[in-house]
Amino acid sequence: MSRITDWHIMGALALAGIAGPLLLPGLATQIAFLWLMVVFALTWDMLGGRMGYNSFGNIVFFGIGCYAAAVVQRDAGLPYFEGLALGLLVGAAAAVLAAIVFGAAMLGIRGHYFAIGTLGLGIAAGEIAAGWDYVGAGSGMALPLYPGELGSRELFFCYSLFALAALCFLVFRWLYGTRFGLALNAIRDDHDKADAMGLRTTPIKIFAWSLSAFFLALSGGLAANMIGFIDPRDVAFAGATFGVWMVLMAILGGKGTLWGPVLGAFVFHITQELFWTYLLGWQRVALGLLIVVIVVFFPQGIMGWWAARRARAVS
Amino acid sequence: MLDNLSLFVQYPPLAADVILNGLLIGSIFALAAYGMALVWGVLNIVNVVQGELVVLGGYVTFLAVQAGLPPLLGLPLSAAVMFCLGWLIYRAVIFRVVDKDIFISILATFGLSILFQQLANALFGSDVRTVDAGLGSLHLLDGTVTLSHVKLLAFVLALGAGGALWLFLRHARLGQAIRATAQNPRAARILGIDTNRVYAMTYALNGALCGAAGSLAVMAWTIHPYVGLPYTVRSFMVVVVAGVGNVAGVVAAGLGLGALENVAGFVFGVEFQIAFVFALMVVILVWRNAMAARKRSYLE
Repeated sequence: MSRITDWHIMGALALAGIAGPLLLPGLATQIAFLWLMVVFALTWDMLGGRMGYNSFGNIVFFGIGCYAAAVVQRDAGLPYFEGLALGLLVGAAAAVLAAIVFGAAMLGIRGHYFAIGTLGLGIAAGEIAAGWDYVGAGSGMALPLYPGELGSRELFFCYSLFALAALCFLVFRWLYGTRFGLALNAIRDDHDKADAMGLRTTPIKIFAWSLSAFFLALSGGLAANMIGFIDPRDVAFAGATFGVWMVLMAILGGKGTLWGPVLGAFVFHITQELFWTYLLGWQRVALGLLIVVIVVFFPQGIMGWWAARRARAVS
Repeated sequence: MLDNLSLFVQYPPLAADVILNGLLIGSIFALAAYGMALVWGVLNIVNVVQGELVVLGGYVTFLAVQAGLPPLLGLPLSAAVMFCLGWLIYRAVIFRVVDKDIFISILATFGLSILFQQLANALFGSDVRTVDAGLGSLHLLDGTVTLSHVKLLAFVLALGAGGALWLFLRHARLGQAIRATAQNPRAARILGIDTNRVYAMTYALNGALCGAAGSLAVMAWTIHPYVGLPYTVRSFMVVVVAGVGNVAGVVAAGLGLGALENVAGFVFGVEFQIAFVFALMVVILVWRNAMAARKRSYLE
């Protein structure tokens, strides 16, 4: 009997990622957002699921990516694609730097102090961006127009975000199989013992956060260009939407599992696209309710539920 | 920025006005922080929905005044309504997460916070609301220092509530049960305390404190649906600085935070006041952690 392995699923997803936007060009933007959600869930899960550091502030790195790309594209005077590439690089570098600085300061904080502290970080960043004239203050920033022909813009961002999500997944998948992945789990399961075993926990934690920040900043630069406009509180540092969705998707799929965040992103994004518009302005109320219901009644997520079911079937 | 700071030195009464008004606003923070300290100490939950309870309390007073009630009656009304809402929230959600992992309770209350914030937005609109209590103001130093009577009332009430809470926890039967449950829930159950009821009453009491704080906030300041999270963070900060079981510390930290925030709002500009609150919390947590690390390295 041939078993379905990771490689089969990855192959199917790659096929869908490449063929999807060509077959359904009208949905290209939605598919692009789906890959963005996958990046969100994967990067959150590295800390929240694997390392046990529940960050509410990962949106900071997304926002840094947005603003770095926007500022570079505005001021560097380069043609569109060169400007975008430079903007992404600068954004990634800035986010990694920020992750190292914030990480050195904050990753020593444990448990709920870390959770609330990172929540503060995310909101403070949004408020500062909203008051800073150099980056357009409260009115946000517009990004340069995509120069290609009509319709190619959606495809371009769809494929770039797909490539980013795939790269992120493959890198994380590889890392979770190494000693580094085991070290993350050790930190989650018992931080003090991990210290006592001689793991250099602080550099490991900072590296993990920097890696998350790297991918988030790249996704931020791309998303900002795809949306075409960044608002400090509603796009770049959108704690109440993107910032919460990250956590929700990872938990919904099953945190700390390989496929959980991907699955959570798919389920959440598709549900949202299908039903959200029928809620007529009550979406965010529903989001709050959804968080409560999932967290209280379904904390192990889809993958956790599946594993428990399989375990019962075996016994 | 520095111009604003030098104004303080050139004209000290202005500094007195900013600092005193901040101190009095801080008494509202202290009220909400009592509740957070109670819930944290007894249920071991960091109640992220705290600020939304404050905001909803404010809306109760706002609606009561719209319906024609005198503003001061809104205060006990807000406290009573929020007491009931707190009890309901405990019965619906909190009791399911009390003994779970701390992260689950943070996320659950965070979800509640988004729920109430968006409900308030959908039901009452996103306008900034305020209520004129019609109590007038106190003028000092030839009118350069203006303190509204509502703020003075908030100050007196915060001190009174702190004292009452201290007496209640020390001497009342339920207060003793609350303290016993906080110390050891299992032992409390063995001794015949209905800990579930104690938790429910504690959470409801927290709701009442938040309701009173919100009522004062809408009379002395303004509220709108998105101002909840700053109140949560302020309460959190105050409790982190003061410690969970320290009523006098909560008053001092609350007043200090109010003064600091008002001065920062004046010096950096009002648009950065919220950013200051959140950044200050991050700094406090990092500082606290650094101090703990230093203490650990002494021991080694």
